[in-house]
Amino acid sequence: MKTAERQFTTISGVPVEPVYGPAQSTGLDPQRDLGQPGQFPYTRGIHPDMYRGRLWTMRQFSGFATPEETNRRYLYLLEQGQTGLSVAFDLPTLMGYDPDHPLSDGEVGKCGAPVCSLEDMEILFRGIPLGEVTVSMTINSPAAVLWAMYLAVAEQQGVDWARLSGTLQNDILKEYIAQKEYIFPPRPSMRLVTDTIEFGARHTPRFNPVSISGYHIREAGSTAVQELAFTLRDGIEYVDWALERGLEIDEFAPRLSFFFNAHNDFFEEIAKYRAARKIWAYVMRDRYGAREERSRKLRFHAQTAGCSLTWQQPYNNVVRTALQAMAAVLGGAQSLHTNSLDEAYALPSEHAVTIALRTQQVLAYETGIANTPDPLGGSYFLEKLTLETERAANEYIRRIDGMGGMIPAIEAGFPQSEIAAASYRYQREVESEERVIVGVNRFQSGDQPIDLLQIDETAGSHQCAKLAALKKRRDQSRVQKSLDALKRAAEGTENTMPRILDAVRAYATLGEICDALRGVFGSYQETAHL
Amino acid sequence: MPRPIRVLVAKPGLDGHDRGAKVIARALRDAGMEVIYTGLRQTPEMIVNAALQEDVQVIGLSILSGAHNAIVPRVLELLREKDMGDVKVIVGGIVPDEDAEALKKQGIAAVFQPGASLDSIVSFIRSAVAA
Repeated sequence: MKTAERQFTTISGVPVEPVYGPAQSTGLDPQRDLGQPGQFPYTRGIHPDMYRGRLWTMRQFSGFATPEETNRRYLYLLEQGQTGLSVAFDLPTLMGYDPDHPLSDGEVGKCGAPVCSLEDMEILFRGIPLGEVTVSMTINSPAAVLWAMYLAVAEQQGVDWARLSGTLQNDILKEYIAQKEYIFPPRPSMRLVTDTIEFGARHTPRFNPVSISGYHIREAGSTAVQELAFTLRDGIEYVDWALERGLEIDEFAPRLSFFFNAHNDFFEEIAKYRAARKIWAYVMRDRYGAREERSRKLRFHAQTAGCSLTWQQPYNNVVRTALQAMAAVLGGAQSLHTNSLDEAYALPSEHAVTIALRTQQVLAYETGIANTPDPLGGSYFLEKLTLETERAANEYIRRIDGMGGMIPAIEAGFPQSEIAAASYRYQREVESEERVIVGVNRFQSGDQPIDLLQIDETAGSHQCAKLAALKKRRDQSRVQKSLDALKRAAEGTENTMPRILDAVRAYATLGEICDALRGVFGSYQETAHL
Repeated sequence: MPRPIRVLVAKPGLDGHDRGAKVIARALRDAGMEVIYTGLRQTPEMIVNAALQEDVQVIGLSILSGAHNAIVPRVLELLREKDMGDVKVIVGGIVPDEDAEALKKQGIAAVFQPGASLDSIVSFIRSAVAA
């Protein structure tokens, strides 16, 4: 196709001009729009020195089969130079079911580590000093429960909660929008999230109680602008609820953290991160009157795009991941996970995850891109794209404001329909070869088979046996009392965290605690939007 | 005028990844089929009952969670019990080659792995129903 005929766009459909120069930068106000790194509005980065001061945290999302095997993988990854932990839980855990629940059949340990009690959490972190290693936990609906288990393990290790550093994903809004791992309806779920934000503000000043996420929204098929806008608007919703609870903005805003995708379109992603920081800085300062610098600085974890990795010619995925990771670093991420080449097949094998970690280490130590903050700042293309991304995202945010906020928008199916339309459009582009995916719709060739991580059904029977033994050992009346107290708290307005902690310390199971909460809050069924 | 093909697109088990299922449901509709999408977290029982009630010719199971070896045989067993053996069952998602072969031996008409085109799925359903 001749250059004149073809429309050049980013992967999200944003038109790209034939050339960018000074003419595209008219209207750019360096002080209003950029600042210096570490200076409001933080477009160029939240620290003056960025990676010169400290590299991003290399934090590989990990978990499979059993807590015992997962613990071994964590120790391996730390040995290989990973600098933070990130826990992946299995579907039963994510959905608040014990391994012996009928719905858990065939699912235990397949997508992550099964954790149904404090005992499992103890095993998960055996030999890992929680006062020294930061831990991120990808858990949403039952986040308060898993967090309580983590806090209880820290307690057992003698670590003061004030020293604990890490992140709880705990972003329930994006579950209704994209990841779909919801248990309870939106409003009781928001109450639980607010409980954790409040509890964190009082007891765990170094811990991020939420990781407001766009990754999953993007994986569900949204555009970059939708990912950005829906994430930040979710953030605004959490802030509103915390303020409604009676917290002061600067009490909790510094510990709100974010999580973005690192997708294929290199410059679009970097523009997205820069626009994110800028929008949030202005939201915090002008919409909420936050005074603390730390309240205004958007900190984020990034993960390279799982949905972009292919079944065909899986070794090509090493290249995709490297380029995506590079965009995340050039975009100023605080923490990064790189996917493994076997993403489309299975959970990462040891060999594949090692390459993924080495990818980050090569970027950090061999490429020089970490030597100065925002090295692409000033690029005509990037600055223009950053401004456009900001403008488009703000338009979506205003639209959702107009609907009465994110919860009414979700109830009306708005973000879900936008995502469904974008994902269908993208798939049509792939089918027509307008969008080339190397190895899939062009440049097909054979490939050698790769060695895959195997997870079989013994994980399920192992976990069920442990659970049965635990139930025999524990003080059943203490468990029952704690669940009754939790139900009463859930029915009222007190913060549920202390009661969840009591239940967890008594070795009540995740399923038992969630059932108690289901009894009070109900369960959620979505209306599907194609 | 020939009756449109009726397809049930289902998400069995706990897996909440519905991007693929929704795109396929929409593509099948665009191709002139009547599609019922079950939504998330369906048990094999719920799926087979819906298939019976909706009188579909095809069931599409979307599974990305690795739970296919537990779920799929159960669906096939229930279909046999209810004498619905003429309903074609296809599976899409993350299913390794060896598992795909085993599922086909058990009676699954086709397994669509990542990267399968919408056109190939539409064509397959049309020829499978015509057969």
